[in-house]
Parts: sequence; C-alpha cells; structure tokens
Amino acid sequence: MLPQSTHLSSEKKRIYVLFGIMAVLFVIVGQVQSWNLSLAILNLCLISAIMTLGANIQWGYAGIVNFGIMGFAALGGLAGVLVSMPPVQAGWQAGGMSLLGGAVIIVLTSVLSVFVWGRIKHITHWRYWIMTAVILAGYLVMRAIVDPAVEVIESIESAKAGHIGGLNLPILVSWVVGGIFAAGAAYVIGRISLGLRSDYLAIATLGISEIVIYVLKNEDWLARGVKNVNGLPRPVPYEIDLQAEQWVINLASRLDTDVPEMSSIIVKLSYAGLFTIVLLILFWLFETALRSPWGRMMRAIRDNEVAANAMGKHVTAKHLQVFVLGSAVVGLAGAMLTTLDGQFTPASYLPLRFTFLIWIMVIVGGSGNNFGSILGGFVIWFFWIESEPLGLWLMDVLTAPLSETSALRGHLLASAAHMRLMTMGLIMLLMLRFAPQGLIPETKR
Amino acid sequence: MDSLNALVVIANFVVVPGLAYGSQLALGALGVTMVYSVLRFSNFAHGELMSFGAMVTVLLTWWLQAQNIGLSVLPTALIALPIAMVVTVLLALATDKLVFSYYRQKRSESVTYLIVSVGVMFTIGGLIRFIIGPADRVFTDGQRFLLKARAFKKMTGLNEGLAIKTTQGVTIIVAVIVVALIFWFLNKTKTGKSMRAYSDNEDLALLSGINPERVVMITWIITGALAALAGTLYGLDKSYKPFTYLSLLLPIFASAIVGGVGNPVGAIIGGYVIAFSELFITFAYKKVATYMLPAAWAPEGLVQLLSTDYKIAVSFVILLVVLLIRPTGLFAGKTI
Amino acid sequence: MHYLVGEAMTGGYGDADILHECTIGVDEGEIAVVVGPNGAGKSTAMKAVFGMLGLRSGRVMMDGEDITALKPQERVRKGMGFVPQTNNVFPSLTVLENLEMGAFVRADDFSNTLSQVFELFPVLKEKAVQPAGELSGGQRQQVAVGRALMTQPKVLMLDEPTAGVSPIVMDELFDRIIEVARTGIAVLMVEQNAKQALHIADKGFVLVQGRNKYTDTGKALLADNDVRKAFLGG
Repeated sequence: MLPQSTHLSSEKKRIYVLFGIMAVLFVIVGQVQSWNLSLAILNLCLISAIMTLGANIQWGYAGIVNFGIMGFAALGGLAGVLVSMPPVQAGWQAGGMSLLGGAVIIVLTSVLSVFVWGRIKHITHWRYWIMTAVILAGYLVMRAIVDPAVEVIESIESAKAGHIGGLNLPILVSWVVGGIFAAGAAYVIGRISLGLRSDYLAIATLGISEIVIYVLKNEDWLARGVKNVNGLPRPVPYEIDLQAEQWVINLASRLDTDVPEMSSIIVKLSYAGLFTIVLLILFWLFETALRSPWGRMMRAIRDNEVAANAMGKHVTAKHLQVFVLGSAVVGLAGAMLTTLDGQFTPASYLPLRFTFLIWIMVIVGGSGNNFGSILGGFVIWFFWIESEPLGLWLMDVLTAPLSETSALRGHLLASAAHMRLMTMGLIMLLMLRFAPQGLIPETKR
Repeated sequence: MDSLNALVVIANFVVVPGLAYGSQLALGALGVTMVYSVLRFSNFAHGELMSFGAMVTVLLTWWLQAQNIGLSVLPTALIALPIAMVVTVLLALATDKLVFSYYRQKRSESVTYLIVSVGVMFTIGGLIRFIIGPADRVFTDGQRFLLKARAFKKMTGLNEGLAIKTTQGVTIIVAVIVVALIFWFLNKTKTGKSMRAYSDNEDLALLSGINPERVVMITWIITGALAALAGTLYGLDKSYKPFTYLSLLLPIFASAIVGGVGNPVGAIIGGYVIAFSELFITFAYKKVATYMLPAAWAPEGLVQLLSTDYKIAVSFVILLVVLLIRPTGLFAGKTI
Repeated sequence: MHYLVGEAMTGGYGDADILHECTIGVDEGEIAVVVGPNGAGKSTAMKAVFGMLGLRSGRVMMDGEDITALKPQERVRKGMGFVPQTNNVFPSLTVLENLEMGAFVRADDFSNTLSQVFELFPVLKEKAVQPAGELSGGQRQQVAVGRALMTQPKVLMLDEPTAGVSPIVMDELFDRIIEVARTGIAVLMVEQNAKQALHIADKGFVLVQGRNKYTDTGKALLADNDVRKAFLGG
C-alpha cells in the first residue's frame, strides 16, 4: 500500500465530495422528476463509465488517440444479437455454407495478398496494381459465392427475420463475446495503424468505425441492418411477470407507488446491480494494472516515447496491448448497452454520441485517473440527458419578460433541446483551458 | 452509336456529379490543408465551420426571397454567399482568438489542438442546431437545369440523356474561380509567399521578420471563406442538413491526405480522386454493359462493385489505404 | 571597441552555463571567425550575440548601442543578418522567393540588392525559379547567405556555413564570404574547419569550454604553435 500522504488524502476528499454531489443529483431527479428516470440515467451512466474506463486506459495511460470508440461499441452490440437470438434455421440451411465459403475466401485473399506483397514489394512500377488485382479478384469471387446466399437469407421471413440469427445462448455471454469481438477488431486495426502519428491515427480510427457502422447498417443478413433486431432476451425478469408477483405488489403498496412503476424500478435496479458488479471488477483490475510495473511503464512511454524507445521498450507492442484491452472494455460496454436496450439499432451509432461524447467524459473526469473516468462518465451522461429539461427551464426563465406569443421566445424554447451539444462543447473547452487535468487529476506516483 | 450512348450514361451519372462533388470536397480539403500547414493540426471543427457558413447562406437566402430579391435563373444563395463568407470568417477568427491562440502561446502539441478542435466542433455544431434546428432545408431556387436530359436527347438524337443541374454548373465554375484566386494569392503576392514561407520553416520566417500572428489570421480568413463556400455549394447541390457535415468531414480529410496534407494542389486533386472513386466504385454498369456488349452477354444484375449504400465508405477505405501505404499522400506535402 | 561585440557573455540553456565571460566581436569590412573543439560553445556564443539565448551577465553592443534586451527579429531590423547552420532555406519556395522573403521587412525597392546577390552568387540566378529544397548542399548555403544579405545587413552572422559541403565548394563559399566582407559588411562566423577559416579571418577567437582561450588575428593564430598543436592538428 502507498503511504498516506496529505496529497492523497486531499484527493480522497475530492473523490468523496464529487461522488457525493453526484448521488445527491440522482436523488433530486428521483424526487423532482421520477425514480424511474433517475434509475434509467444511472444505468446509462454506469455503461458510460465503463466505456470511459476503456477509453481512458488508451488515452490516459498510453496517450493513444482512438476516435473509433463507436465502432467497438457497435461490435459489442452485434455480439448481443449473434449470441442471444435464436438461429434462423432456414437461413443457415440455405446460405450457411456459402457464407462460410465467403469467409474462407476473405481469409485466403488476405493471406494471399500478404504473401504476394512480400514477393513484389521491391518491384517499383506495378506493385500497387498487382495488389489491387489480387484483392479485387478475391473480392469478386467472394461476392459471387456470397451474393446468392445473402439474397436467400434476406428473403426468409424478411418482416421479422431475414438474417442468420444467433446462437440462442444467455445474453450475458454476449458481454464476454462483445469484448472478444472488439478485441479482435482492435488487434487487426492496431497492428496496421498504431504506427501512425496521432492525428492520422485519430482520422483512421474514426474512418474504420464509420466503415463498421456502414457494414452493420447495410448487411441485412447479419443483423437486419437498419431494420433493427428487437426483442433480445433479457438477463433480468420482465415487468409483466413481476407485476404478478405478490412480493412486488406488497412492496408497491408499502412504498406507496403503483405496481407497474414498482416493477419497472425493480428491473432497472437489477440492471444497475449487474452493471455495478462489472464496473467494480474492471475498476479493480485497472487500478491494479495502473499500480503495477506494466502501468508505470505505460506512463513512461506516454510521457516520453523517444526515451522509452531508446531504452529498448517495444513501444508499438505495448501500445497494441493497451489498444486491444481498452477496446475490449468498450466492446463489453457496447454489449451491455444492447442488453439494456433489448434491441440492436445500427443507425443509432453516431460518432458524436459514441466517440466524442466518451472523449469528453475522459477529459472532464481526468485523463489517467480511473475514479475520474467513472465520475466523467456519470457527470457527462447526467448532463447530456438533463441539459434538455434544464435548458428548457433556463430558457423559460430567461425569456419570461418576452410575451407569450413572441416568435423569438417560441424559437428559443424550441431550440433549447439542442442546447446540449453546445453545452458539452463549452464544458470540454473550458475544462481543457482551465483544468486540463480534469475533475480528479491523475495521481503522480 | 451504342458506345456514344454508353459514354453519355457515364457522363450523366459519374462525370458531371463527380466534378461537382469533387469541387465541393476540394474546397473543403483546401481549408483543412491550409490550417494544417500553418497551424499544424488536423481541424475536426472544419465540417461544422462549413455547416455554419451554409446555415448563414440559408438564412440570408430566406430573407432575400422574402424581399423578392433574386438572380432569376441563378440561385439567390449566390447573393447571400459573400456575406456568409464574411460571417464565417468572423467566426473562425473569434474561435482562434478565444480558443486556439491560447494553445499557440503555450506551444501545445498538435494532439492537444486536435482534441480542442473536437470541443470547437461540438460548440459550433450546437450553435448551428440552436439557431436553425436539425431539420433538412432546401434553399435552391432559380432555374433547376442548365441542360435538360430531354433537350440533350433531342439535340443529339441519342437514346440517353445528359442533364446538368444549375447547382452543379455553379459549383464547378465557382470552384475553378476560387481555386485560381487562391493559387494566385499564394504564389504571386508577398503575403501569400510569406504564408508559404511560414509553413515551410517557421523559425526562418521569424528571422525574416514575418509576423506569425498575421499569417495565422490570414490563414483563418481564407479557411473561413473556403469553408462557407464549400458548405454552401454542397448544401445547394444536395440540401442543407446540419448533421451531414460531420460525415462529410471524413471524405474531406481523405481528399487532403490522399493529395498530401499541406499541399494545396494535392488537396484539389485529392477531392476529385475521392469523388470519382466513390462514384465509379458504386456505379451500376448494367446500362453501359448493355450498350457495349453483344445482346447475348447482357448482364442480369446491376454490375456494381459495391452498393451505393457504401458510397461514403469508399472514401474511408481509400483514406485508410493511403494512410497505411503512403501517409505522405500522392503529392508528398507538409507545406503550402 | 568593436562594431558588434558580445562582451563577457555568461549564460546557457536552463541552469547550466555554457558560456563563461566569453567575448566575441567584429568590425565593419572584417571577417571574424570563432573556432574551437566540439562543445566549446561556439554556436552558443553566436546565438547569444543574436539574442536567441538569455544572458545571465554580459552585454551585446552594436554600433555603440546596447542591444542586449532586443529580440532576434528586432536585431534583424537593426541590421543583423543571421544564417543558421541547418534549416536555413524555405525548401518549397523557389530561390527567387527565398530571396524575396529575405527582403520581407523592406518596404523600398530591393531590385538592386537582388542583382548584387545574383552577381555574388551567379548560380542562384540560373536556378531562380527552382525550389530551394531541390538544390545541392553548397547551392543551398548560397541561397541561405543570399537570403540574409537581402536585408542589406551591416553584420552577417554565419553558423558553420561549410558544414557538410565538399572542400571545393567550401573554398568557393569562403571566396564569396571575402567578397561580402569587402563590401563593408562585418562578417562573424563559427567554423568547424578551423585552419581554412583562419586563413581568411582578420580576427580569430579560440573558445574552449565556453571561455576565450586565444584571441588574435587569423594569421597570428595560425602561426601560434600552441594553437596549431591543440586545435589545428599540428
């Protein structure tokens, strides 16, 4: 254990105070608006905090600029569908083999192109054309095999299925699988792009995450694309079942709420419990990692890449570890989100919400500090949701002197809903300027 | 005759739209490249700056339309555009003054600027939605076509028509004029040369008595003006919708990087490379094949490499390939 | 008292002083050369005179005026021309544009100065429209010197102008530098090639560990046995 210095205890005090304020805010929302809403916000705060932890070990520990958080979250969400939905047998029978064939062709093409590249990379003139030809040929063969199968699969009961379905396993399994999906993607992406300078890496990861979303939106055979997959199984009981339970009815009457409300609160609390367990485990793991020699080395690399390189540390290899680890955590959180929503909606993945908002959480919370990440996830998500009613209330007060029918007042009130983007931007800019260390700064060890 | 028809199909569906879209990307990429070469960071707020410029044009156009002021066949937006450019320049300068100048004094690393520019992106994006809302706005007026497909068919006697929208013509002509002006400025004027010198070798520029703050200011003026122009032309051609400009940011970065970041000629060529790649790869060659091949070989499917849903994704793929194989771009850049 | 002089300069980067009571100076129409072993603080002394390094004590005087507090840019306006050792041209600008940038602060017509520079370095006229980055090392140095001359400086300061060029090019550069000095400009330069440099020097400063070790005319230093043994390789 570390010695208790005054500096550390002041940090502790700061953590207690800030999380205390956060708790009070949830109570206020519970009392003023509703407990259902308060818990709904809490659940998403928990998921945001986990995503932020993942992004934080990349940026805060290692200084890697990952603008592809959205893509990893979506891959985690996809895992939710592929793990938990019942398989569409007809689809598998009609097109399963072809899909596998297509996958084999993709792998073969990749291997072949790497092999060919090794042979021809010294030829100056034609190498790019030869590579293009190899990849194009592989692509066309793949399309020829897969296209008919895709057509068949997508035509099977297209109103509710039209995809290959999943493995019919408990959805909690998808949390692990989502992490693995994201880790696998991160490994490939990291291998090819971690050598880039930070702004190119940012642009590259943003581009890759957009491509992931494009594929999920358009490949209907996989997870129905923009038609969405609804009705994912749940890890917690359904409200309708709870409402029939005697203890729920008793509890509702004792707490003076109606039964549907009570059942909904119980469901949300169950989710909150599950999420909290995951958050605590990850937090413990990350804190241990941060204090370990591995964590010290990571920060040494971040603070002086040149020196670390000179000392013979394999900077790129270490960066790859962190990139994969952080992305896996984001993928896990993505699967949790799909579980909470009970549906997978590719069109809802927007970079503002899933990449840049998470970055704001990291910055505001305090990059490099795990407490900070959790707090950042909580604070920013809370205000992301609450800035709408707050903005509306603020506008109402500010424009009160204007007459009820004033066009300006009407416009301002209508626009208040869009305040949150600007609020987030201003919060981020002010933090970067006046408190670049964040709410809970990184502890110097 | 058949081959002529095939050519017209390609001209109509690829060449004309490609030239217009390529011009919009080129103007956007030129702005990104200017900021990069002088201020040395990738500006993620550039898409929102374009959106802001387009929004000002939309608002002014509505006002002008309400006053019954117009250009008959040409879009009214062309009158509003210069004012929108000035307003966008003011926003760009204000952003620099309030935000970026602080990090310049601190000599922050470029990754700090990058993250700061994300904050600016949010703020301007929010400002735009606050002012005009998130909805789709059409603000084109005047005559819709310069050349109608039917008129073209009558004129040439071909089966296939070639249509050129007024907005496409305006886009291409304006882009040519503006690009010519920029290159004249950079290569022929003392101020333009001093900007290139500053981007080439900052220390030596200081030794030569070049005022860095002035160079930075002029850079933002050009960037703001270009952003408003590119944003408006894109909005005129398609329609104005605030959130599309964030997704436009990646093709624009792709254009700048493909051409070599910091190289203005590269940015322009990059814009067209990206635009034409998107269109050629997602173009359905069925009609062309029907004209060119014997009837027995006529294809059944669309003969498409990728579905049009993937249009923008094509630019991301090109971006990645260039970043991985040749990060300096086709025309090794870094300076203006 | 010299026309330009850094007197008893003490200072360095951060805490550790590199220069200790170091004095270097030059008069109009003269060539003064600063030589010494690696790490002697030659370039640092030059930078101190040009104001790129804060001094803890000592002062820099030019034409009888104390300019210690002036920034490098202000010294340029006072008539100092500085040619850094590396990165001393604008690589993507043409030779002509490089020279024009040298004259950036001048509001008057500089075509006379331009033709003087072209006269001094005829090769620059040939390559006027070529980007400076595409030139050979020796030609690039000529661009760099030419750029500094465009302000019509009273003092020209050169930081190892012959670093990395062939002996033939070096001789030619030295010839040009002599010509520059003949026009009445004071030339102060740091040189690695001590022997050759002292041959053309009116004045030589031998620095060791940031202190003046020997100061004399170029000829006298070349004739001095101690100097020859220790610094000129016998």
